[in-house]
Amino acid sequence: MGAGERSLAPEAYRLASLRNTRLIARLDIKGPNLIKGIHLEGLRVIGSPNEHARLYYQQGADELIYMDCVASLYGRNNLREIVESAAQDVFVPMTVGGGIRSVDDATNLLRSGADKVAVNTAAVANPELISDIAQRFGSQCMVLSIEAKQIGAARWEVYTDNGRERTGLDVIEWVRRGVALGAGEILLTSVDREGTRRGFDVPLVRAVTAEVSVPVIASGGMGTPQDLVDVVLQGEADAVAMADILHYRRAAIGDIRAVAQAAGLHVRTYG
Amino acid sequence: MASTEVAVIDYGVGNLLSVRRALEHCGAAVTVTSDPRLILAADRVVLPGVGAFANGMAALVRQRLAVTVRDVAARGRLLLGICLGMQMLFDNSTEFGVTPGLGLIAGTVVAVPATSSTGDALKIPHIGWNALVLPGGRENWSETLVQDLRPGEAAYFVHSFMASPTDQRNRIADCLYGENPIAAVVGRDNVLGCQFHPEKSGETGLTVLRRFLQM
Repeated sequence: MGAGERSLAPEAYRLASLRNTRLIARLDIKGPNLIKGIHLEGLRVIGSPNEHARLYYQQGADELIYMDCVASLYGRNNLREIVESAAQDVFVPMTVGGGIRSVDDATNLLRSGADKVAVNTAAVANPELISDIAQRFGSQCMVLSIEAKQIGAARWEVYTDNGRERTGLDVIEWVRRGVALGAGEILLTSVDREGTRRGFDVPLVRAVTAEVSVPVIASGGMGTPQDLVDVVLQGEADAVAMADILHYRRAAIGDIRAVAQAAGLHVRTYG
Repeated sequence: MASTEVAVIDYGVGNLLSVRRALEHCGAAVTVTSDPRLILAADRVVLPGVGAFANGMAALVRQRLAVTVRDVAARGRLLLGICLGMQMLFDNSTEFGVTPGLGLIAGTVVAVPATSSTGDALKIPHIGWNALVLPGGRENWSETLVQDLRPGEAAYFVHSFMASPTDQRNRIADCLYGENPIAAVVGRDNVLGCQFHPEKSGETGLTVLRRFLQM
């Protein structure tokens, strides 16, 4: 590879070829409904979570993420029934989060058909929950969910409770600690970009992927399929979570997959 | 027509719900059990599992199920190991020292290489969708567990260790991770295994399970 600027792009493609980029449909849940907000707020009802889950499964989603948006606020978790029902006819991995406070909560969701649990608020309050879940079920089951808000040049702060509560924690330090405690994957949501369709926060994603070796799922802001290509090549994301773009039918998963493939990314061959 | 009876071995390791639902979706009558009599009475047996090899083998031995699984194989019943369940079919594993396995397929279980053929670091565990390909020396998948698939179809993997069969003929399908081959489907007579999770591999995985029910 030459020393010029142009060598950067082939290098990014070569590194991306080592990862099989996963296309994940993210379903934010409030009570019985699939909802969508902007900056994780101003939630609007989209429809039935499992009708959408089945549609995305049939379209070829590589995974699903279910997030209970208000569980942290009210100390409850409605997801169990929804996940149990989804597990009847969705045969791809499902990550479930929102309101998980204990190993027992995680156990119940995994028994309902979840393959991984995502923990945010309770992990900030009690970081040992990360190691407790990782030791009980393995790191591959323990997804650390991080809501990040930019607070300065290349500085992001960890928020909880759907971007409502600040924690004073630096995202990079928290990621490093979470992985040391046993988190096997990072779900990284940009509160600034979430629901805006302005593209992923690529510098945030790159800062995190540079720090840890576990897979990182970029979430928040996907406006077009090209945004996915950018966050994989420039941010080195291992997976992308998509919500708004799918819920509002701005693109189907097959179209997004085709764009990713045409851009030279390694994605699952489907259909 | 009566549905095919499948016993899924419950030895306290892994998420059995997904395996059960996927098999039921494919038309099987599923019993999740640790009772050797029920396991030996079934037409087909699935040995699931996630986690560490030594823990899995210890749980099987503690519940006196290792001997049952060997009996299933000896009686010629179809046996399918999934993920750790596939790895345990082999002679031994080098995960945390050498641990003996069930010895039903010759070979050993070793760590997934953490470096690609080009010298780049690979993320371990190997998680995600990866294409199934023909191993070197194999021309097709006819009359195997994956006979209904086309090379290139992808399945879902989550693992840090991989089986290395002694006899290449027992190697039915591979996937490539950083250009390194990983045994994805193995088989010797009635003893079959897949490293990926057919219950989490969408329609491709269900196609494999349907074939298992029809073999």
